[in-house]
Amino acid sequence: MKRIYLDHAAGTPLDPRVKEIMEPYLIEEFGNPGGLYREGRRAKDAIENARETVAGVLNCSTNEIVFTSGGTEGDVMALVGTARAYAEKGKHIISTTIEHHAVLSTLMALQKEGFEITLVEVEPNGIVDPKKIEAAMRPDTILVSVMYANNEIGTIQPIAEIAKMIRKYGSLTSVPIFHTDACQAAGYLDLDVSRLNVDLMTINGTKIYGPKGSGALFVRKGVRIKPIFFGGAQEARRRPGTENVPAIVGFAEALKIVSEEREKESARLRELRDYFIERLTKEIPRTILNGDARERLPNNVNVSILDIEGEATILYLDSHEIACSTGSACTSESLDPSHVILALGKPYEHAHASIRFSLGRETSKLDVDYVMEKLPEVVKILRKISPITVDENATGMSHPEAFAGEGMRAKAKSKSYKI
Amino acid sequence: MSIDVINQHTGEKWYYSDIVKDHFFKPRNLLLDAPKDGEYDATGMVGSPACGDMMNMWVKIDPATERIIDLKWKTFGCGSAIAATSMYSVMLTENGGLTLAEALKVKPQQIMERLGGLPNRKIHCSVLADKAFHKTANNYFRKTGQYERIVIEGARVVDDRLNITDKDIEEAVLEGAQTLEEVQNKLKVGVGLSQDSLTEIEQLVRFYSEKYYG
Repeated sequence: MKRIYLDHAAGTPLDPRVKEIMEPYLIEEFGNPGGLYREGRRAKDAIENARETVAGVLNCSTNEIVFTSGGTEGDVMALVGTARAYAEKGKHIISTTIEHHAVLSTLMALQKEGFEITLVEVEPNGIVDPKKIEAAMRPDTILVSVMYANNEIGTIQPIAEIAKMIRKYGSLTSVPIFHTDACQAAGYLDLDVSRLNVDLMTINGTKIYGPKGSGALFVRKGVRIKPIFFGGAQEARRRPGTENVPAIVGFAEALKIVSEEREKESARLRELRDYFIERLTKEIPRTILNGDARERLPNNVNVSILDIEGEATILYLDSHEIACSTGSACTSESLDPSHVILALGKPYEHAHASIRFSLGRETSKLDVDYVMEKLPEVVKILRKISPITVDENATGMSHPEAFAGEGMRAKAKSKSYKI
Repeated sequence: MSIDVINQHTGEKWYYSDIVKDHFFKPRNLLLDAPKDGEYDATGMVGSPACGDMMNMWVKIDPATERIIDLKWKTFGCGSAIAATSMYSVMLTENGGLTLAEALKVKPQQIMERLGGLPNRKIHCSVLADKAFHKTANNYFRKTGQYERIVIEGARVVDDRLNITDKDIEEAVLEGAQTLEEVQNKLKVGVGLSQDSLTEIEQLVRFYSEKYYG
């Protein structure tokens, strides 16, 4: 039986058109772009053509594009690079509680270097209120970083609006610098940096049918970033290291294709997404949509199927040839439940029960129907196994007494409870 | 959001052993209907501070022999919690059932062995079944007036060789250690800890950090 792959937010298959354009650069066109001879010049040309393609999609100049190894590198370069470059102007950085770990962990590292971090909470629908970011602004704020669309729940953040607010405190390219992580957004939302008014934007190839290990950081002309790598003069000294030519060529092609197909594909997926959400919430009792229903990526479906644990659900679905993911603590390396679901003000049981389906190009209505044929059975089995019934509107944990040693006060999963 | 662990015993790249899969898809001794009043002699519910899984257990005990006649359970937990508890329920009830005293001696490691191993990161799941039974046994002792047999989780040895207890870890955390490395430094046990101990200590560090600083 064919696999039904619904984890496109984690990774997409390589577009055959992208593969084709990459292939010569894996074998024949192997030259180092730093070489002055023909092989080198041809590799250099390929990179510069790719840069033009990417700049075209982002509506910026070619010298504002730095090729990277992906989303994490782009985020780290943007945050560490600007923090260090503007440290003399201030040490305060603002971001949100639902950022990707590439941003959150980098900010924690910067905190150890002496920067002060304010994480603004999102609203219960998973969208940040620009007014709350404004309220966090200080005279020494040098950097604001807000993701364009969330990777877990797909909520779209009001980037242009936040940018407009930030400009009241400093003109374009002066502090505070504004960065957005657009890795999840790249395939589905407008990437025009002049309309978005951002100073820095991270995108990558993994989510747009491009090669893994590829991506770019948009750095607006006039914005300074200190390099995080040291070595040669590649990428205008901003990203030393021999360029990954096939990845760069493939990334640019993938970005071009998704931006050309964006409107049509978004409209198709939006309809499929809404159909899927409606069936999930209607046909499986006690299933709650996480994140705003409208302001979300066309391919993102994230629900908490209460009282059952996500990893168990995933293993059952996998046995039915369906691939998806969960925010349950049981599957994370750190054993932490999804920080995004918790940031919505929900107890950890909702994160423990969360399932993300992210649709893609090959996803059809038949696939969704197949999931809806199998999932209710799985839920029935796992609910029979479960000893709990979580309150749909709960904000605290359901059974604190289970976590207390006998005669002790209960404290578990970062919260304390009196019994 | 990734499944990326390797079974420490078999080196298999897939998540779980065949036995684990079997018990996950066909859990034994599951409680399917809500128990009637007095149907079971004792019950206990515990949660894992490490991951948040919850477990409820019910037992029937022969008062004359103290053998476990029946053991049923339910869990809000992952694949390994389901499989580990299923296996544990078999171990306690097979061949006429263990006595309470025998059952209380069953170690999480023995569940792991019977399962053909669990990924390191999943060891706390087998600990959960064990904890649920201990709480259930206490409930039984309390109901039958055997107060002297109640064992409240106190100082528990987590590493036999170096004689480290959970209280040592609690104190190390109270002294400001927040990571496994810092706790190791405090306890001056940089080397010599088994992987099992390390995993458990790490869990305890997390639990106590959250308890006091969370």
